[in-house]
Amino acid sequence: MSNSPEINIFAESELNISNKKTEGLFRILYMMMTWLLILPVATILAILVYKGGPMISFEFLFSNPIKGMTAGGIFPALIGTVWLVSVALLFSVPLGVAAAIYLSEYAKDNWFTRMINLAIINLAGVPSIVHALFGVGAFVLFFGFGTSILAASLTLGIMTLPVVIVSSYESLQAVPMAFREACWSMGATRWQTIRRIVLPNSVSGILTGVILEVSRTTGETAPIMFTGAAFFLPYLPESVFDQTMALSLHLFVVSTQVPHVPEGLPYGVALVLIGMVLTMNAASIAFRTYLRGRKKW
Amino acid sequence: MSEVSTATTGKYSIESEKLNLWYGSFQALFDVDLRIKKGIITSMIGPSGCGKSTYLRSVNRINERLGYVKITGSIKVMGQNVYAEDAELVQVRKQIGMVFQRPNPLPLSIRDNIIFGHRLHTPKSEKVSVKKEDELIENSLKQVLLWDKVKDNLKRKATELSLEEQQKLCIARLLPVKPAVILMDEPCSALDPKGTAAVEELIWELRDNYTILIVTHNMAQARRASEECIFMLMGKVVEHAPTDEMFVNPEHEETADYIEGRYG
Ligand SMILES: Nc1ncnc2c1ncn2[C@@H]1O[C@H](COP(=O)(O)OP(=O)(O)O)[C@@H](O)[C@H]1O
Ligand SMILES: [Mg+2]
Repeated sequence: MSNSPEINIFAESELNISNKKTEGLFRILYMMMTWLLILPVATILAILVYKGGPMISFEFLFSNPIKGMTAGGIFPALIGTVWLVSVALLFSVPLGVAAAIYLSEYAKDNWFTRMINLAIINLAGVPSIVHALFGVGAFVLFFGFGTSILAASLTLGIMTLPVVIVSSYESLQAVPMAFREACWSMGATRWQTIRRIVLPNSVSGILTGVILEVSRTTGETAPIMFTGAAFFLPYLPESVFDQTMALSLHLFVVSTQVPHVPEGLPYGVALVLIGMVLTMNAASIAFRTYLRGRKKW
Repeated sequence: MSEVSTATTGKYSIESEKLNLWYGSFQALFDVDLRIKKGIITSMIGPSGCGKSTYLRSVNRINERLGYVKITGSIKVMGQNVYAEDAELVQVRKQIGMVFQRPNPLPLSIRDNIIFGHRLHTPKSEKVSVKKEDELIENSLKQVLLWDKVKDNLKRKATELSLEEQQKLCIARLLPVKPAVILMDEPCSALDPKGTAAVEELIWELRDNYTILIVTHNMAQARRASEECIFMLMGKVVEHAPTDEMFVNPEHEETADYIEGRYG
């Protein structure tokens, strides 16, 4: 090749070189953006671990707060959050997925369906404090649930419903039409098609929506503040009609409302809160990866 | 070195030597030695899964995007190794055009589709006049026998054309960048008989100016539309001969079996 007299037809041109520079530039730009995004998250985590880490102990996790919440543990808040999130999920996941299945698989594309879609998108944009007031009006007063886990969880559920619907809808839509047509052409009903082909192939996407919802629900404060979460209540709830403490509200309280709180305490609560969310996310992601591995396309 | 000095003036457009290719641990090509002549149409036939697409995709280096592909041996196009250190990927792709099984016009107007490649390879500083672009577009569309059909609505979306017209467009958009070789992977299999005939006719028209390697499942098409024919089986080349000879008097039994439709 070395003494070849011909020109190399694959040789790099001036244009290739300048294009490569641009290519490199954008690559670096996008990479930097990604790092910039990760940086605050990493910093927050580092600070929480550094300041809150020493607080974490068996006693902190599993005992009641004492001395006006300036000492002791966070057990009632921890359990309360688990209650609130579970009941909210129990309500919003079946409802949201069912609505998404209807919209994606059954509904015709007409003005009514479009209106519903519009309403869902708008619902996602409603500020959480508005949901809180709605919750007070509807669940606490009108339905007479009082300030209770039920009222708070329903409020949380309503608030996160649009996320579940939209993400489930998207993942149902991602299943290629050809699969449905293949099923129908063998005489499968709509439900058989959904049950055997569409749902199994979109469940990983639906789960992503649920993960998002769990994270959001765990951290919300405003919607539960007036509907069911208590300032200080050192007992564990026994039914959904009880009030309860919650981690997010407890964090707000110990960092702004109570005097003489040791400096590490709020950080400890925040660390537990974030730890809970991350653990749930990690578990769901692992589950999702497992499901995706079983997906056939 | 004698072979090298005949490089771009030589007889062959694509030469592969001891080409082996693995998808992960699955070997798809075995010692493929081929010399495909310049300025003619060569067809490649063989049962599904025998590695025809794989061969084409390693010539223009599309396969290497898949992280798990391993290649040994060499492929030269116009006498130059496409996998050489100093071979610029973008230039390799520019010199080796490809037409796919399903027509894949870009979601742009007909006009923008045709001029897309040309714009990619023109420096910004070099102003190309609208008139020059129009000429290129007209020329390309004329070569694919589409000009009369679309000349009055070049602004239309290309995706609204019929499949046959889309496939012609996909061939036409390669022409402004003047590729040395055009690879076609079953370009007619998504078309009806009329569309197939029309695209075949056009491929035949192009043969004087371009070197074409076309994969087909259609014996009649291979026979009608190519000067030389390659028969592959399970990742190996069984026979490579002038088309007339192969179809009248195949050298290998497997070739005869396949041509007569005993498997495939
Ligand atoms: N992306 C890929 N990953 C793994 N195996 C592949 C891939 N593409 C093709 N193969 C396998 O390589 C073999 C040759 O495929 P292909 O070149 O597409 O055959 P043909 O085009 O002749 O029908 C087949 O057995 C096919 O399953
Ligand atoms: Mg193929």
